[in-house]
Amino acid sequence: MNISKIKEDFPILERKIHNGMRLVYLDSAATSQKPRSIVQAMDNFYNQNNANVHRGIHLLAEEATQKYELARSKIANFVGVRDSSQIIFTRNTTESINIIARTWGRKFLDEGDVILTTEMEHHSNIVPWFSLAEERNLSIKFIQITNEGKLDLKHYQSLLKLNPKVVAFTHMSNVLGTINPAKQIIESAHKIGAITIVDGAQSAPHFLVRIDDLDADFYAFSAHKMCGPTGIGVLFGKKDLLEKMPPFLGGGDMIRKVTFNGFSTNSIPYKFEAGTPAIAQAIGFGAAVDYLSSIGMENIFAHEQALVSYAMELLSDIPGLKIIGPSAEYRGGIISFVIDQIHPHDVAQILDEFGIAVRAGHHCAMPLHEKLHLAASTRASLYLYNSRDDIDELKKGLLRVCKVFE
Amino acid sequence: MDDLYREIIIDHYKNPQHKGKLDESDFSFEDENPLCGDRLQIELRVDENQNVLDAKFDGHGCAISISAADLLLDSIIGKSIEDLKKLQKKDILDLLGIELSPVRLKCALLSLKVLKAAVYELQEANDDLT
Repeated sequence: MNISKIKEDFPILERKIHNGMRLVYLDSAATSQKPRSIVQAMDNFYNQNNANVHRGIHLLAEEATQKYELARSKIANFVGVRDSSQIIFTRNTTESINIIARTWGRKFLDEGDVILTTEMEHHSNIVPWFSLAEERNLSIKFIQITNEGKLDLKHYQSLLKLNPKVVAFTHMSNVLGTINPAKQIIESAHKIGAITIVDGAQSAPHFLVRIDDLDADFYAFSAHKMCGPTGIGVLFGKKDLLEKMPPFLGGGDMIRKVTFNGFSTNSIPYKFEAGTPAIAQAIGFGAAVDYLSSIGMENIFAHEQALVSYAMELLSDIPGLKIIGPSAEYRGGIISFVIDQIHPHDVAQILDEFGIAVRAGHHCAMPLHEKLHLAASTRASLYLYNSRDDIDELKKGLLRVCKVFE
Repeated sequence: MDDLYREIIIDHYKNPQHKGKLDESDFSFEDENPLCGDRLQIELRVDENQNVLDAKFDGHGCAISISAADLLLDSIIGKSIEDLKKLQKKDILDLLGIELSPVRLKCALLSLKVLKAAVYELQEANDDLT
């Protein structure tokens, strides 16, 4: 992988900030930067093909529909899903998980049912379940994490004895960077008849995900973290589950027939895509997976793993700095850390003065920070366009932070 | 950076003069800024004329929020409770002597928000008062 060539695909990385500093972007877990090709794909659509999708009997409408549906099949293929009618376009991962809770959950969960999730979840895989639990009197149990920040699989096995109806977990933690053994977790859940919901917001962008092989019942991810535009994400659901679920929003496109007495629903995926969808964004998302595939997900993952090992080694000799989470072999390209006596906001603010963008706070994982007895942490997150130079800059920046507070 | 992390701010962060608890307090309030994970408690003791005799804060936060709290409490000794009700955002910024982005403004204003809630004897802190 030629990183300097990849950097050239991202115009924003040429930008100079704060009086001529090179931008060192280490916040890709929040949102990734966008290569020229996805912006061009969306531009071309608006300049050449713009029309609403489905049902239009004119050339532009046919072109728009064809491009929109082509994006769906590209994305299905990218995440190892053979039947692309199981790929529903949503706004983002958060909306995808909320759809499951509000349609499947409301229909199939009843008082006393148990939902398992984990201590390392993003709020988007906790709050929808709390809302539903309140409404339906459900009980939520959290699979613990070990001291090194991996999922405690023994604790998981013991919680399975409660016969949960749902096991909802993240494929990769947005704070610890931990990659969870999804296949094994799903297999155990299926043995006791639970359905599985995987938050793939951090996994789909960074390593090869094969949803059919994982046998996940639901899998959610967002375009904007994987070189695509904001405003579009995916909910994968197994066909039989999607067909049994009531629709989410009602309106155009999701119906087969409407009379003065009622309506019948369209087939999947359209049943869950009410109203005019984010057409240009879907096309941009298609271009994003083309871009990632052209580089190769195995290559991207290997690059990030090498970089994360380098970074962990380099940062480990900064006095007072403690990295949260497991050793490099168990994680993707995320490094969260704390420095003794220096608040993460101050760390991030001073790094910003040197052109280095990191994130500080709880990263939408307050329960995890509570578990770790931390008010907040600083997070550096990597992607295909980051190089060793970026990590060297981070280290230099952190040493300056320490100096300010000396 | 030299501006934002001026010596005075680092100084008040590392060696705050008003950190701790009072043995007895007449006004007290505690609040947090959940976005940053910062928590701050302020206690005041007043004389028979409702003038501040002593003030302490406790909790944790970033350099901006802690130094703002320390500078604020230092500035209110001897002032009346009615004076404290008149304090404004500008007073904090003058004490710090820096300009802040909207996100960091929240850090700087946490102590003022807590102080106002204490003197108005509110149950909940109110952003409007700052």
